[in-house]
Amino acid sequence: MTLQFLVDGLLSGSMIGLGAIGVTLTYSILRFSNFSHGDLMAWGTYATLVIFSGITALFGKVAPFAPLSFGWPLLIALAASMLVTGGLALLLDRVLFARLRARGQMIIVVMASFGASMALRSLLEFLFSSRPDYFSRAIQIAMPVGLGMRITPDQIALLALTLLLVVAVHLLMTHSQIGREMRAVSQNLALAKVVGIDVDRVVRFTWMIGGALACVAGVMIGILVQIRPLMGFDMLLPVFAAAILGGIGSIPGAVLGGLIIGISEAAAVQIIGAEWRAAVAFLILMAVLFVRPIGLFGVRER
Amino acid sequence: MEILTYAAFFLTTALIFAMITLGLNLQWGLTGLFNVGLAGFVAIGAYTSAILTTPDDPARIGGFDMPIIIGWLAAMLMAGAVAAVVGAATLRLKSDYLAITTFGVAVVVQLVALNAESLTGGPFGMGFIPRPMGSLAEQPLAFNLANLAFACGITLLLYLALEHLAQSPWGRVLKALREDEKAAAALGKSVRFFRIQAFAVGGAIMGLAGAVQAHFIGFIAPENYLPTLTFQIWTMLIVGGSGSNRGAVLGALIVWGIWAGSGTLVSALVPADYQARAAALQIVAIGVMLCVILLVRPSGLLGGKRS
Repeated sequence: MTLQFLVDGLLSGSMIGLGAIGVTLTYSILRFSNFSHGDLMAWGTYATLVIFSGITALFGKVAPFAPLSFGWPLLIALAASMLVTGGLALLLDRVLFARLRARGQMIIVVMASFGASMALRSLLEFLFSSRPDYFSRAIQIAMPVGLGMRITPDQIALLALTLLLVVAVHLLMTHSQIGREMRAVSQNLALAKVVGIDVDRVVRFTWMIGGALACVAGVMIGILVQIRPLMGFDMLLPVFAAAILGGIGSIPGAVLGGLIIGISEAAAVQIIGAEWRAAVAFLILMAVLFVRPIGLFGVRER
Repeated sequence: MEILTYAAFFLTTALIFAMITLGLNLQWGLTGLFNVGLAGFVAIGAYTSAILTTPDDPARIGGFDMPIIIGWLAAMLMAGAVAAVVGAATLRLKSDYLAITTFGVAVVVQLVALNAESLTGGPFGMGFIPRPMGSLAEQPLAFNLANLAFACGITLLLYLALEHLAQSPWGRVLKALREDEKAAAALGKSVRFFRIQAFAVGGAIMGLAGAVQAHFIGFIAPENYLPTLTFQIWTMLIVGGSGSNRGAVLGALIVWGIWAGSGTLVSALVPADYQARAAALQIVAIGVMLCVILLVRPSGLLGGKRS
């Protein structure tokens, strides 16, 4: 067994962690587990693909940044799609979730998110067919980094991007006005309203952040693996497991949970075989629920 | 004659869906437990019964050639036991945890069905599952009618049993828990224990339905138990009206009618190259239908009577 699983796990853990931030935010602020979050990832990726193809069609092939497989067109497409995905999440909330939320039965909202997930995913399959797509077909040479581990330039860039985003979201939550308001709403909705916090604004921000990060996670999968309509739905179980392992509502917890699950999955792939990968998240989830249901950094619900 | 054969087959399939929906109604409609992985419980039932009753097969473990009734009882026990464990792990927590865990159960069951080839036959599935009316298989019409009668009988039994349960003291406790957990707990009812029971019984019913379906068709494969199945059953229950057993059966008939009808339309009208895409659109339509009903008429056709 080599230590390569650490690199692989760190990468898939980053994607899981970015997804888990969105899930943990919607759960703690809007108080429901959003089963359509995985499909937001897939929609973000396809939006990026469409914009990226548009740029390529307009400006022709652009040379990528030296050792990487992508250049500025993909970065612009990603930035635009983060907004698009956040907007899609907002739209979904307006049309569906907010109306059901107003009736107060949260579990109905969960069910609606399950229906929306099915519809969103199948709509992608209708629009793009289930054939996989790629941002680039270039093959990258992995560089040895010692201890038998290898990593490609793309992978380093994406790890750096994840780190940047996680730090940014953490600072936003801890040091900005909107971050304080978000935490206030998640801790006590009634009290937050009493002190004059604009709850609708908090809800809008939550969806924007969750959608944007889902888009990045999806594009990472698109760059490193492939783009399929089911790509996000397949991430749903590890993403939920990471959010619960980290403790619902905790952003550092979601990221740490994602990394733990990513690395455990990669280790399991090496030891048992790739076909059992998806069971790892479930085993961790069950263990957390039996042993410490509030997770690593969770707080008891009031 | 062919139409009659098809009608009998259609109704049999719809009734098997109705059985699963009845199980879900016990969990969700009566008790308020959210199961997003019911396809997993159906699969557990189907595979358990298939492993026990198929003739010996050197390629895999199992093939014990047992009587069908043993297979069905084992299917109920197995699916019920898994449901009980899941319930024990999650029912002391918020309802979302149950949803996420059941979702995971379905994923893991799908993995086992696909990868544990020595037990489940892997992606190619299992054949030679004995049929309860196997002696009639030569005459399609008689065979399908016999199956239909059989399915009607089981559904009716299940329906009567569930109606009886709902009126029993046990069923009244479940309703009380759904309506006002604190009040029921204050009356000394163990919230968690009653819920685990309801979840396990509902799981057992789903397992039975899976086994019945496996034995009617004679063949099972992992792709029968994808999340689409979960989603179809949910739509059936919501359309029919959650909380009502009659609604569950009616919803199954209506939604399966729409599903099969639109499927026939698609295969008749859409060119072959686009059929996979058109089939995806079919799921979109059902998903939108589920959301619209939740928004516009959350009690469904026959639900909403809260006694």
